[in-house]
Amino acid sequence: MSSIVIVGAGQAGIQVAEALRAGGFDGSLTLLGNEAHGPYHRPPLSKAWLAGEMDSTQLLMRAPEALARKAIDLRTGVTVTHIDRDARQVRLADGSALPYTGLVLATGASPRSLPLPGGDAKGVLALRSRDDADAIARQMAFCQEQQLPVIVIGGGFIGLEVAATARKKGLPVTVLEAAPRLLGRVLAPVLSDWYAQLHRSHGVELVFDTRISALETKTDGSISGVRLADGSVLPAGLVVVGIGVSANDQLAQAAGLTCDRGIVVDACGRTSDPSIVAAGDCTARRLPNGSLLRLESVQNATEQGKSAAAALLGVHKPFTATPWFWSDQYDKKLQMAGLSTGADQWAVRGDMGSGSFSVYHFHGESLLAVDSVNASKEHLQARKLLDTSVSPTLAQAADTEFDLATLLVR
Amino acid sequence: MANITYVDASGHSSTVNLANGWSLMQGATSSGIEGILGECGGSCACATCHCYVQEDRLGDLPEPSDNELALLDNVASERKPNSRLACQIKASPALEGLVVHLPETQE
Repeated sequence: MSSIVIVGAGQAGIQVAEALRAGGFDGSLTLLGNEAHGPYHRPPLSKAWLAGEMDSTQLLMRAPEALARKAIDLRTGVTVTHIDRDARQVRLADGSALPYTGLVLATGASPRSLPLPGGDAKGVLALRSRDDADAIARQMAFCQEQQLPVIVIGGGFIGLEVAATARKKGLPVTVLEAAPRLLGRVLAPVLSDWYAQLHRSHGVELVFDTRISALETKTDGSISGVRLADGSVLPAGLVVVGIGVSANDQLAQAAGLTCDRGIVVDACGRTSDPSIVAAGDCTARRLPNGSLLRLESVQNATEQGKSAAAALLGVHKPFTATPWFWSDQYDKKLQMAGLSTGADQWAVRGDMGSGSFSVYHFHGESLLAVDSVNASKEHLQARKLLDTSVSPTLAQAADTEFDLATLLVR
Repeated sequence: MANITYVDASGHSSTVNLANGWSLMQGATSSGIEGILGECGGSCACATCHCYVQEDRLGDLPEPSDNELALLDNVASERKPNSRLACQIKASPALEGLVVHLPETQE
């Protein structure tokens, strides 16, 4: 009988499992998670969950009965130690082995840690898992009691979302960023500035172009502050480190699969072993031009998950849709469509002062990406434009009187 | 609490008992009901939890926000007068017995 084992019970893992069942797979299906919790939504961890506005049943992606009904055998708290490709089995930390006819790697990514003295002090935390979020929430409560400030290292999405949540709790927050602006790798400069203004207006202290030399600790090993390269020390009761993630490709590497800062897959989620597919944050997708694309997003997890499940069932279903992402900070929803790398011209559509507008990224005449703030309709329209490679001109993009939907009419 | 019945495009129906405050999208995805995606996690941003609400009960629901109306312009299946986004409808005793139909496709 055929049996598929899925390593990783996050967004990609659950998607593969359900897509396999929806695609008619009737063999055994085992979903292995290394956390104590069943599959849960990660996006709220930095927001509603951290703020204490959600209960744990709402965080769960599926009720246990829903998994049982689809005969998805979820096993939590399980660590896979080895993939034996010759014997076609995975070995678990308890010494047992699980045979597979098809294997799915959905192992996610891990936050990068600070390679600095004191980087592992108590109260220096990253945010990836529910347990991480709970630890941050506890430390925030401690900061509230002791009236201690929070320092966020890294002005990326995770860091800024945590900063917004900390402000909601009334905590003093400073964000330290090595670059001269927030979200510099993704946003147009004009939007980085707008976000800086947004955070400042909510009372966040932003420090740019800064270098950290060490984390200062108390005698009990807990964090007391952050020492900057100029020698100054900023006191802190909690340091949240949001400086990016690394793909969890160690199992795949050890098994001899092609990896390059991620498990290398094609558009269908196939790895270099025909019986193994991979999906989600752990992957690096080979593009037609040979370059590798690493995406960390819900959409990437779900779409690659569907493609990977199809591949195991012998169906060709490449994931080629425009990438999209979102980030909620305060009452502002940022939705990004496309990849802005290489943009050299930008057009703003709408009034930035109104809090609802979009920034269109162009390389020459070609539309690369659109970032929308509190403008969901425009975001959905942008995805259609990008999916069909239709570019408005810069002037059309900037002109709110011009209806971009007319470009889509065929 | 409210019992909500979801009927998919092929006519298959499932009834879910939703706690107060849960959205109809959460109820469907948590129960593993196909036909509602909720890609954005319920923040009224993606239009992949489109549903058709039982017409004679539309009055039991709060009016859609401007943002919801804008997103309903972008749903993948036909928009009808009873089209709503399931993430914007929260369970309460007033919705007991509500039936929603799910569209052919969400994307």
